[in-house]
Amino acid sequence: MTVTAPVARKRSALTKGQLPAFAPYIVLAVALVLGAAILALIGFNAFGWGLVSAILFTIGLVAWSGAVEGGRKAKDRLATCLVVGSFLVALLPLVSVIWTVLVNGLPGIITPGFLTTSMNGVTGSFDNKSVDDGTKVLGGIYHALIGTVQITLLATVISVPVGLLTAVYLVEYGNDRALARAITFFVDVMTGIPSIVAGLFSAAFFFALVGPGTKTGAVAAVALSVLMIPVVVRSSEEMLKIVPNELREAAYALGVRKWRTIVKVVIPTAISGIASGVTLAIARVIGETAPILVTAGFATTINNNVFGGWMASLPTFIYTQILNPTSPSNPGPSSQRAWGAALVLIILVMLLNLGARLIARIFAPKTGR
Amino acid sequence: MSKRIDVKDLNVYYGNFLAVEGVNINIEAKSVTAFIGPSGCGKSTFLRTLNRMHEVLPGARVEGEVLLDGDNLYGHGVDPVTVRTQVGMVFQRPNPFPTMSIRDNVLAGVKLNNKKITKGAADALVEKSLRGANLWNEVKDRLEKPGSGLSGGQQQRLCIARAIAVEPQVILMDEPCSALDPISTLAVEDLINELKDEYTVVIVTHNMQQAARVSDKTAFFNIAGTGKPGKLIEFADTTTIFNNPSQKATEDYVSGRFG
Repeated sequence: MTVTAPVARKRSALTKGQLPAFAPYIVLAVALVLGAAILALIGFNAFGWGLVSAILFTIGLVAWSGAVEGGRKAKDRLATCLVVGSFLVALLPLVSVIWTVLVNGLPGIITPGFLTTSMNGVTGSFDNKSVDDGTKVLGGIYHALIGTVQITLLATVISVPVGLLTAVYLVEYGNDRALARAITFFVDVMTGIPSIVAGLFSAAFFFALVGPGTKTGAVAAVALSVLMIPVVVRSSEEMLKIVPNELREAAYALGVRKWRTIVKVVIPTAISGIASGVTLAIARVIGETAPILVTAGFATTINNNVFGGWMASLPTFIYTQILNPTSPSNPGPSSQRAWGAALVLIILVMLLNLGARLIARIFAPKTGR
Repeated sequence: MSKRIDVKDLNVYYGNFLAVEGVNINIEAKSVTAFIGPSGCGKSTFLRTLNRMHEVLPGARVEGEVLLDGDNLYGHGVDPVTVRTQVGMVFQRPNPFPTMSIRDNVLAGVKLNNKKITKGAADALVEKSLRGANLWNEVKDRLEKPGSGLSGGQQQRLCIARAIAVEPQVILMDEPCSALDPISTLAVEDLINELKDEYTVVIVTHNMQQAARVSDKTAFFNIAGTGKPGKLIEFADTTTIFNNPSQKATEDYVSGRFG
């Protein structure tokens, strides 16, 4: 009996008719070179190079795959190219925004006193002087930071109870009654309210209630609540809905009253989702400009009282610094401050998101043995 | 610590749909009663009327009387919450509270109702209930771990421990073993045998051997056809139901010649 040794082959018979693993890289290199060559003919720019190369890469890889591997594989590669391409296109603006804000905002942020001083007393002559002498830019965003944090906090304190209780009513008590259906409909309508309308509503409301020209942080907070509540209701409602009915029944079967079941079983089970919903709602309103301009006005000084006097906020600070530079002849320092404020705003939103993830992790239903 | 249940002419509705019709049954205290019958015949629906869990579903209602030691559960002004503290329930799928530890799951009936309990009394209650559910030895070293980390059989016994921790008069079990393997099933069945010394146990099961093994009396439910109400066909000692039933339908069902 002879033992047949396995035939030494370079490639398995099972992988016959496949492109080698490095094929996409070859095509990519060729596409990049060809793309550069084509772009050189009509005038080179990076965006066009990327676009042309991507198209060449897709055509080349799909054609090669079709020739060697057959139609099914070629379609697979085409789909992969489209998916990856869409992902890159979606990512492009995000990366671009973060890059631009970082580059333009960092000089502002690292200026000493930027985060700890207000614009009180900073006039155009200071800006002119700093441009002429090359000294540091005076003035900062402390007042705007205080305003944004206080207004957003107050808006959250108003919106979360209202929104969460509405969601509890819809899920636990609504039973698809006429009232529940009406609330759902109006919440959907509220989701689409333009933010300036919310601002005008709040301003008009307080003008009628307190007196004409009432502009305080609280008025702005009410305007932001109008924008936040529907988001909180919607996300909390979805989270409460996915709590399994079995848990409610388990609690009822232990002789637990309905409201206790909701407070101690349903909401804790859904709290991580509710917390991220609330954070998203905050992130949605923290950058609102128009409603704050018409409700809280604009201040250059520190105002720690959310219930009295005009208040600055980061978005309105950016808006006015760009639109009405402190020194009209030298807008550079104003623009630097505006970019710095934009960076701070993005960092705030990012911290909020991280906080939401932390909350979600702390409250998440526990697993493990 | 157990009460008898007497049901008189009970009709169960979902909205206008009559799901179970004309049930009369007398369940003795400190006994195990099994409900058997084909799917959709209303055994679970009927079981849920015994602690007013039925009405949790929108549009569900009942007509007739369910007497717990002579007191009508559906009498005027009876609070369903009071009923449920006396008649506990274990569900088909194990449903421990995912946000709570094993210990907190056992104490759920106490803690969720904000009753004051000292730590010593709580520890004693946890141990007693878990021992009662044959789970103490398996979990005594990890009481602070989440209940959802247990195996399916352990979770179901945890749910039984949770149910007996509120010290009910009656325990209802809705197919408690249908999601469990044979070994866990055996553990739960042993447990049911022990529970009947102290509690009145009513169990719905699809497993006729199980009904024969654990129950003193068996009730056979059947349905005439789709859209027709389920009915109690026969209620007798378990040995009678399985060996010498008086109804043809019962005999067909228990011998597997159904339909």
